Amino acid sequence: MSATLEFERPIQELEIKIDELRKFSREKGIDLTNEITILENRAREVRGAIYGNLNSWQKVLIARHPERPNAYYYIKNLFTDFIELHGDRCFRDDPSVAGGIGRFNGYPVTVISHLKGKDTKENLARNFGMAHPEGYRKAIRLMKQAEKFKRPVIAFIDTPGAYPGMGAEERGQSEAIAKSILTMAALRVPIISVVIGEGGSGGALAFGVGDRILMQEHAVYSVITPEGYASILWKDSSRNREAAEAMKVTAQDLLALGVADQIVPEPLGGAHREPETAADLVGKALTANLNELLGIDADILVANRYKKFRAMGNLDGLIE
Amino acid sequence: MVLEFFRKQKYIAVQPEPVSRDIPEGIWVKCGRCNEIIFSKELDKNCKVCRKCGFHFRASAYERIAMTLDEGTFKEMDVDMLPVNPFQSAEYEEKLQAARKKSGLNEAVVTGEGALQGFEVVIVVMDSTYMMASMGTVAGEKIARAIEAAVEGQKPLIIFSASGGARMQEGILSLMQMAKTVAALDKLEKAGQLYISVLTDPTTGGVSASFAALGDIIIAEPGALIGFAGQRVIEQTIRQKLPEGFQRAEFLKSHGFVDMIVARTELKSTLAKILELHLRGEN
Repeated sequence: MSATLEFERPIQELEIKIDELRKFSREKGIDLTNEITILENRAREVRGAIYGNLNSWQKVLIARHPERPNAYYYIKNLFTDFIELHGDRCFRDDPSVAGGIGRFNGYPVTVISHLKGKDTKENLARNFGMAHPEGYRKAIRLMKQAEKFKRPVIAFIDTPGAYPGMGAEERGQSEAIAKSILTMAALRVPIISVVIGEGGSGGALAFGVGDRILMQEHAVYSVITPEGYASILWKDSSRNREAAEAMKVTAQDLLALGVADQIVPEPLGGAHREPETAADLVGKALTANLNELLGIDADILVANRYKKFRAMGNLDGLIE
Repeated sequence: MVLEFFRKQKYIAVQPEPVSRDIPEGIWVKCGRCNEIIFSKELDKNCKVCRKCGFHFRASAYERIAMTLDEGTFKEMDVDMLPVNPFQSAEYEEKLQAARKKSGLNEAVVTGEGALQGFEVVIVVMDSTYMMASMGTVAGEKIARAIEAAVEGQKPLIIFSASGGARMQEGILSLMQMAKTVAALDKLEKAGQLYISVLTDPTTGGVSASFAALGDIIIAEPGALIGFAGQRVIEQTIRQKLPEGFQRAEFLKSHGFVDMIVARTELKSTLAKILELHLRGEN
């Protein structure tokens, strides 16, 4: 593994030992199966203990893990006949956002997603998943098409936030995000939003007005990055750990707050450990939710979506 | 480098000289742009706009309502609705208390119904003296209720936006207020009702990226700062200084994101004209 998180060190040390034993056993022709099994069990235990007790900041780190599968991975593994569609028909094609049509369980769907790169080079090209207005406008275009052809929309969320740059402001970042939210609120086909990594701020919400909001076990979703929160409220961006706790950013927090509807389990050690299993689990959750939504009349669907977002923040009748 | 932007300048505490009794406090104000000393009653009479240079001082919610609606017609809605502290943070509680004291308001948004040159409207006004009019759960709730009142009462809606964005202290719940208010606007849209969005200084972040951007007609006040990302954040990202006038009302108009820039002294008559052009079932 090229990128090991600080708190994963104990696991990594065990894994290095296991690898050494394997190599030694192979080269010298000595059977070390028992020793290796013991160490493997130990590694599993340690991983279970660590991953069962993650704090909010550790979750942020996993959500941002450079090896965490990006939206393309899920698209490739979950959809057949996927055709990527490009451009907003106004300005350009934003590589931070991907979208297209394909089949899910044989059923035609529209997919929109934020797209982080898999390495530095790709991340530079994809602007680290931080979209410009044209990215949101591409998604809006595809969602309206989905409505026209009565296809459900699957939206993957994975962005630190909308890009804060000059061009983005000149071309109406605010307007693009607002229109995306409006488009989703009014869309007459089922929408499932899945947070697969980092859900950052308005840029994430632009794909987040779904009939169902699913979050992977170690995904996070917040109004601003913990660093931003710490630096604005406490004038100290190094207090990011505290900020992550204070803001309630984890999937578990959001389920409790009624923002997320369901947590999609990840393989032990995070989605990047076993991406295929992770994709399988996302697929199962999508299937179950889509089956519930497909039969619902469009008027009722939109009315229910309205009710859902209308009640956001009204916890236990906090308001009157 | 990042931290420097956020570091507060330190000042030495100085005992103020006793103020002469003949001049009551606040009788004069200095223009923020041209430094002209203005008699404050004179300023109020001119809608808080400097007569010399046209600088628009920020207006409080009730000042705005007085400037906009016909006298005695305003009926406030949800006046007693208090902000919530969903994560029971002591720090946030303190800020809320301080904001209430400073602004005299229960929340950053004042909503209600009234008449504008005789036209019945629903009005929403954000007040930046209250925590920079950030949008939390209750601010979002009040706005959504006002939009619903416009739908039900079949009245045009006017929102005067001013905000630093989402209220971070309420975490993800404040972000969701963007979706809540926008979804409510969809109902207004389907009801065929007029929505005029007036952007005042400053309209940024989550508010700029939700209901404020969705007016049938979008008006901005001269010089108002309007944008998604904060200027410091952009400067840190692109590592250069932003040009003069960036994210100002005039910049947004030239880029096609607001319909018109209207001086505050002309705003009421402009709104009335627009309302009249949207009268239904007549002529």
